[in-house]
Amino acid sequence: MTTRSSLTLTVNGTDHALELDHRTTLLDALREHLGLTGSKKGCDHGQCGACTVLLGGRRVNACLTLAVQVRGREVTTVEGLGTPEDLSPLQEAFLECDALQCGYCTSGQLVSGVAVQQEAADGWPSAVTEDLTAGLSGPVVLDDAEVRERMSGNLCRCGAYRGITAAVLA
Amino acid sequence: MKELRYEAPADVAAAVALLSRPGARAIAGGTNLVDLMKLGVETPDLLVDVDALDLAGVEDTADGGLRIGAGTRNSDLAADPRVRSRYPVLSRALLSAASGQLRNAASTGGNLLQRTRCSYFTDTSKACNKRVPGSGCPAVEGLSRGLAVLGTSEHCLATHPGDMSVALAALDAVVHAETPDGPVEIPLVDFHRLPGDAPQTDTVLPAGSVVTAVSLPPSRGVSTYRKARDRASYAFALVSVAAVLEVEDGVVRDVRIALGGVAHKPWRATLAEQALTGQPATAESFRAAADAELAQATPTAQNAFKVPLARRLVVGTLLELTGADL
Ligand SMILES: Cc1cc2nc3c(=O)[nH]c(=O)nc-3n(C[C@H](O)[C@H](O)[C@H](O)COP(=O)(O)OP(=O)(O)OC[C@H]3O[C@@H](n4cnc5c(N)ncnc54)[C@H](O)[C@@H]3O)c2cc1C
Ligand code: FES
Ligand code: FES
Repeated sequence: MTTRSSLTLTVNGTDHALELDHRTTLLDALREHLGLTGSKKGCDHGQCGACTVLLGGRRVNACLTLAVQVRGREVTTVEGLGTPEDLSPLQEAFLECDALQCGYCTSGQLVSGVAVQQEAADGWPSAVTEDLTAGLSGPVVLDDAEVRERMSGNLCRCGAYRGITAAVLA
Repeated sequence: MKELRYEAPADVAAAVALLSRPGARAIAGGTNLVDLMKLGVETPDLLVDVDALDLAGVEDTADGGLRIGAGTRNSDLAADPRVRSRYPVLSRALLSAASGQLRNAASTGGNLLQRTRCSYFTDTSKACNKRVPGSGCPAVEGLSRGLAVLGTSEHCLATHPGDMSVALAALDAVVHAETPDGPVEIPLVDFHRLPGDAPQTDTVLPAGSVVTAVSLPPSRGVSTYRKARDRASYAFALVSVAAVLEVEDGVVRDVRIALGGVAHKPWRATLAEQALTGQPATAESFRAAADAELAQATPTAQNAFKVPLARRLVVGTLLELTGADL
């Protein structure tokens, strides 16, 4: 019985050849096998968002994604957003808006925030978008209520939500 | 989790053949299956990756409806221009569910087949007739606040927890699947079962099948979805309502209402629909229709609040669709 597979994970533009047990989640592959510990394990059940990464440019919970299903697709983690010397605009905004306290949720918030900005630019509606057809011809304009709804998959135990919302809007 | 094999089948026939083996499970987004594997509730020894089948995409059908491939992601379906303009109840239901991350991973097929969130089902240290047939249902005397009030049995109070299927029930959607005996089409309202004395079986889909698509008939009337829950976002429904309404000269010509969070299946409120058809589109007839449906409720002490909640949600949703000032 073959319970492991050889596969290539493409993370932040770099290919990694791995041999993984099929039970390995993308989150464990990143943290335990590739040493990329920016993505955090909060709940391991899709309930907190600390593990959020981009898969083919779209945000997903790495804790519920099996690594074997991700072969050949581009993964972006918080390490791929910016570097300490060259922060991304959203990372700068998090600093300016005081969008964190302990920082445990922050990498997930950052990756999710980047995706929220992209989804709005693509005209995707949310549960609080009054007119579902508004974004059909252009971007959805984000405001406080839109960001709070769209970021609801990322919990922050320190309650830094005001700063996080402000940073995503900045 | 126990060790398991993984296969990416080349076509639907190969997937059905693999899924007919004991211990095999289909996996799409994995957001429900992987969760339940970590909890020891699901213990497959072979995963069949239905994402390898290229079942994603939304197409127009000849009759003016839509065909939604089973691999279509919830976020793509919610954002589809045709769904947003012609089937707003479906967009709204999808957007009310889970989180942005989960909707990107969750597939149409996986969403239909997601398991209950009953806390006894997800806790392997507890009895549960759905997980271990014959072991008992502790919810009947225990924690039932979130559980069913319609179509319950003494053996199970679990609900189908999803939002998408509730909208699909109100839209008269049809599920398309490839079974070991060939292709089948199953109306969404008949797809999920009531628990009866076999709560271990969620749906009528034969074992070994692959859901390939969901089709929608042409849109009619106006529609929307409302969901009441314990927090404003990222929570399952306590009660939800999907409604499709056609009013002409102040009279209800046609109405389709489905309730979520209240039963083992998306609950099509046929008694309410019958009571309302031909009646004036007023708060009074909406209330009478809701009462006609909810008279058959069998709540527990803990979830009795769902009955008046459902009543108010039905009335509020229909009033919203008539354009009444709320
Ligand atoms: C924290 C959290 C909150 C959530 N909140 C909500 C909510 O508010 N509302 C809501 O509706 N849902 C909610 N969900 C559930 C979510 O919508 C489902 O997990 C998701 O839709 C399942 O889709 P999937 O593709 O990931 O399925 P998978 O996990 O891959 O599969 C689920 C089941 O479907 C079977 N399956 C999948 N595809 C096929 C196919 N093509 N043919 C045959 N069988 C198939 C699998 O074998 C498995 O049994 C939530 C989930 C989480 C983790
Ligand atoms: S660790 Fe993945 S959502 Fe909490
Ligand atoms: S900053 Fe501590 S959990 Fe968010």
